[in-house]
Amino acid sequence: MFHARLGAKRLRPTYLSGQMALSDLLTLTPAGLYCAAADVHIDPVRPVPRALITHGHSDHARAGHGAVLATRETLAIMALRYGEAFCETQQVVAYGERIGLNGIEASFHPAGHVLGSAQIRLRGPSGCVVISGDYKRAHDPTCASFELLRCDAFVSEATFGLPVFRHPDAAGEVAKLLRSCTLFPERAHLVGAYALGKAQRVMKLLRQAGWDRPIWIHGAMEKITAFYQSEEVDLGDIRKVSAADRAKLAGEIILCPPGQLSDLWSRKFPDPVTAFASGWMRVRARARQRGVELPLVISDHVDWDDLCATIVETGASEVWVTHGAEEAIVHWCQTRGLDARPLHILGYGDDEVEAAGEGAA
Amino acid sequence: MNRFAELLDRLAYEPSRNNKLRLLTDYFASVPDPERGYALAAMTGALSFAHAKPSIIRTLMAERSDPVLFAMSYDYVGDLSETVALLWPAPQRDLRNAPPPTLADIVHGLQAAQKQDLPLLLASWLDELDETGRWALLKLITGALRIGVSARLAKTAVALLGGKEPNEIEEVWHGLEPPYLDLFAWVEGRAHKPSFMDPAPFRTPMLAHALDEDDFNKLDPNVFSAEWKWDGIRVQAVVGTDDEGRRVARLYSRTGEDLSAAFPDLLAMLCEAHFGDLAIDGELLILRDGQVESFATLQQRLNRKSVSQKLIAQYPAHIRAYDLLSENGEDLREQPLNERRARLASLVERLAHPRLDLSPEIAFSSWEELGCARRDPAQAGAVQDAQAIEGVMLKHRDSPYVPGRPKGLWFKWKRDPFNIDAVLMYAQRGHGKRSSFYSDYTFGVWKGTELVPVGKAYFGFTDEELKEIDRYVRSHTRNRFGPVRELDFSQQEGLVLEIAFEGLSRSPRHKSGLAMRFPRISRIRRDKPALEADRIEALEALLETGLRTAAKAPPSG
Repeated sequence: MFHARLGAKRLRPTYLSGQMALSDLLTLTPAGLYCAAADVHIDPVRPVPRALITHGHSDHARAGHGAVLATRETLAIMALRYGEAFCETQQVVAYGERIGLNGIEASFHPAGHVLGSAQIRLRGPSGCVVISGDYKRAHDPTCASFELLRCDAFVSEATFGLPVFRHPDAAGEVAKLLRSCTLFPERAHLVGAYALGKAQRVMKLLRQAGWDRPIWIHGAMEKITAFYQSEEVDLGDIRKVSAADRAKLAGEIILCPPGQLSDLWSRKFPDPVTAFASGWMRVRARARQRGVELPLVISDHVDWDDLCATIVETGASEVWVTHGAEEAIVHWCQTRGLDARPLHILGYGDDEVEAAGEGAA
Repeated sequence: MNRFAELLDRLAYEPSRNNKLRLLTDYFASVPDPERGYALAAMTGALSFAHAKPSIIRTLMAERSDPVLFAMSYDYVGDLSETVALLWPAPQRDLRNAPPPTLADIVHGLQAAQKQDLPLLLASWLDELDETGRWALLKLITGALRIGVSARLAKTAVALLGGKEPNEIEEVWHGLEPPYLDLFAWVEGRAHKPSFMDPAPFRTPMLAHALDEDDFNKLDPNVFSAEWKWDGIRVQAVVGTDDEGRRVARLYSRTGEDLSAAFPDLLAMLCEAHFGDLAIDGELLILRDGQVESFATLQQRLNRKSVSQKLIAQYPAHIRAYDLLSENGEDLREQPLNERRARLASLVERLAHPRLDLSPEIAFSSWEELGCARRDPAQAGAVQDAQAIEGVMLKHRDSPYVPGRPKGLWFKWKRDPFNIDAVLMYAQRGHGKRSSFYSDYTFGVWKGTELVPVGKAYFGFTDEELKEIDRYVRSHTRNRFGPVRELDFSQQEGLVLEIAFEGLSRSPRHKSGLAMRFPRISRIRRDKPALEADRIEALEALLETGLRTAAKAPPSG
């Protein structure tokens, strides 16, 4: 059923009958969101001629497109991951810069998700739409803060779109980790964190909490972390774990991609405490499923309260939900008289894909 | 409360007993009275709140959330307390006017509250606590902490606080009340041991070492007595008289858990006037027409908070006594076993109660002779009870009753386990230290040309064997279902494991219709092709003809 809805041809008449001619600006195709007037896809999940990319996570930023327009940081991250030849031509856009695309004005604005992450605003004769990409409203010292944009239609993620997801203050979660280090100084503390964004945020939070020992990282995080440091994000003494180090890291904090927590790699550490920094850790069953002993609820996505608040604050009368718990937020919008619909875009927000991708890197 | 909640949260995820103890001891050392005392009470099951029911929580939540969003959330989270804890629309932190309630506030509040005040009181606490705090509060009042901490472990942590032995805590425990100010004062060296003595205290039991076959060269058969090792559960039946002359009787498990509520039939017996004050160590069994029933039957009476008359009649409980620790106020634990045994025998004879008897001694003059009895209890006097025997116990005739597991006095010589060869079918990752290993194994035997799972085992192997099976699992995976891997098994391919187990019973809950008792991996049979693993008929035969006779010859040695 969802697949039928994904066809652009099937969607077009429905949207044309809506109160706002959003179809002029945006439709949904099998490759993802598409602006026909500008002839660009946004975060396409398969190769396209012209793509606008919100941020560098591998479910949104894929290799193999023709022309790519993105922030300087996002382009750099894509080059680090896929090699310099990840697309045919690249164009840098600064936050707030307005770019004309066949009469459509496109601009990129901070999303607060990871370094270089952006929301994309498209303005046309029929109105203004904002595509959020992934975003958060909570403070993050490693990237620019979310900028609120007023718009007619808001295309939002809803990774944590259930009211049970209310992220606590990240500093409190890091304090939990540090208390565990004090109580178990003979055990290594392994913290699973996505290599792009989450890992560097945790490092920065640790520094802000006064942890001044070296922070050890898995090899898969090395390039991205070095990139953050070259972008003036001060993370202190970061060291890559070598095979020989592992047995000696009692009492230390080691960051690794989530997939490595339960893999052969983790075995050589002294009686490791396995921690995982993720919004999913809010739910006990999820933490237990992964065999996590110290769940740290630290998320780079909006939680339920911020998601609802953002929808209201954008002033949008129409809300499209790209991925996550679409049904719940669509229901919430409808109870408030907003026109909302789920897009069911396949391929976004797949933690496991992300984790496996990072693990292999 | 938030500190206690954080402790519960951490304990729920921590798999290792030693690390749990560390967390508990750290908590007791750093949290003041009376907060820590109420925490101890919560973990030892000493708190109960009559009026707090899940329905109150549901109603409170329904007033505060959209029913569709609640249903979606509950469906995702899968646990009512946790769903409510996360979903509860707490006011902004800076708008809260009071500090969050302490555990002591909550305990006092619940004790003082009338039933009709409860919803409002609960709602105000839920407003003031954070997510973890709300979760802990809801778990606490609905009586389901499920954090993997036994009362015994919590008491051990308190003992560690002041370098005491856990059994010293047990001796005074039943005379103490939350929040245990006198207990903490004593373990921290600020006061004398609480003077109140429980009229029916738990006494830390004396445990036996597993017998090594080499031990026989060192042990003299003449100084040991032997008894059957019964396949029930070990209990301590204690009767005493309190200051006001009232009879107090309790039935304890081996770990000091109070089982009295589930066995009113035995309690009634113990309270009969002619029993006097006593402490008996023995086996809890189900006896019908003088015959001991299987462990599976006994399980019908275990883990219950209360029990119906029907169940009591259907599964009559019985104590088979093997030691006497105290009689009419006289502590016999320093006496040699021979003395205690003689006093026990005359006591049991004098009481002449149909629900209490003496565990018989096995006559033997050499280890060979005892070995024969162990192999064939039916021929050695156990007759129709042979199936409820899981080996023999050896006790030094001069042994005092020493709490714990002293060396060289008592031995258990379990019967050889049953063995089958089974094919590894599924593997799942372990927990804690083992989270990087596939260490939980489901294995099966042949039924026609198909393999049917017959059990699960997650120990018995050496560290080397674990690594070897882990490697095998990683390189022979056919399918993945979340954390579970399905392995390549067929008539041509598969890893054969020798499984040792203690018993077999019918079980409608398992696909094969069988349930194994205490299965473990005894070795890897690399030499054996999958097709030569055992067939379901071999297990059926064990069930049909009785385990003793149909068991395959145990491995040599």
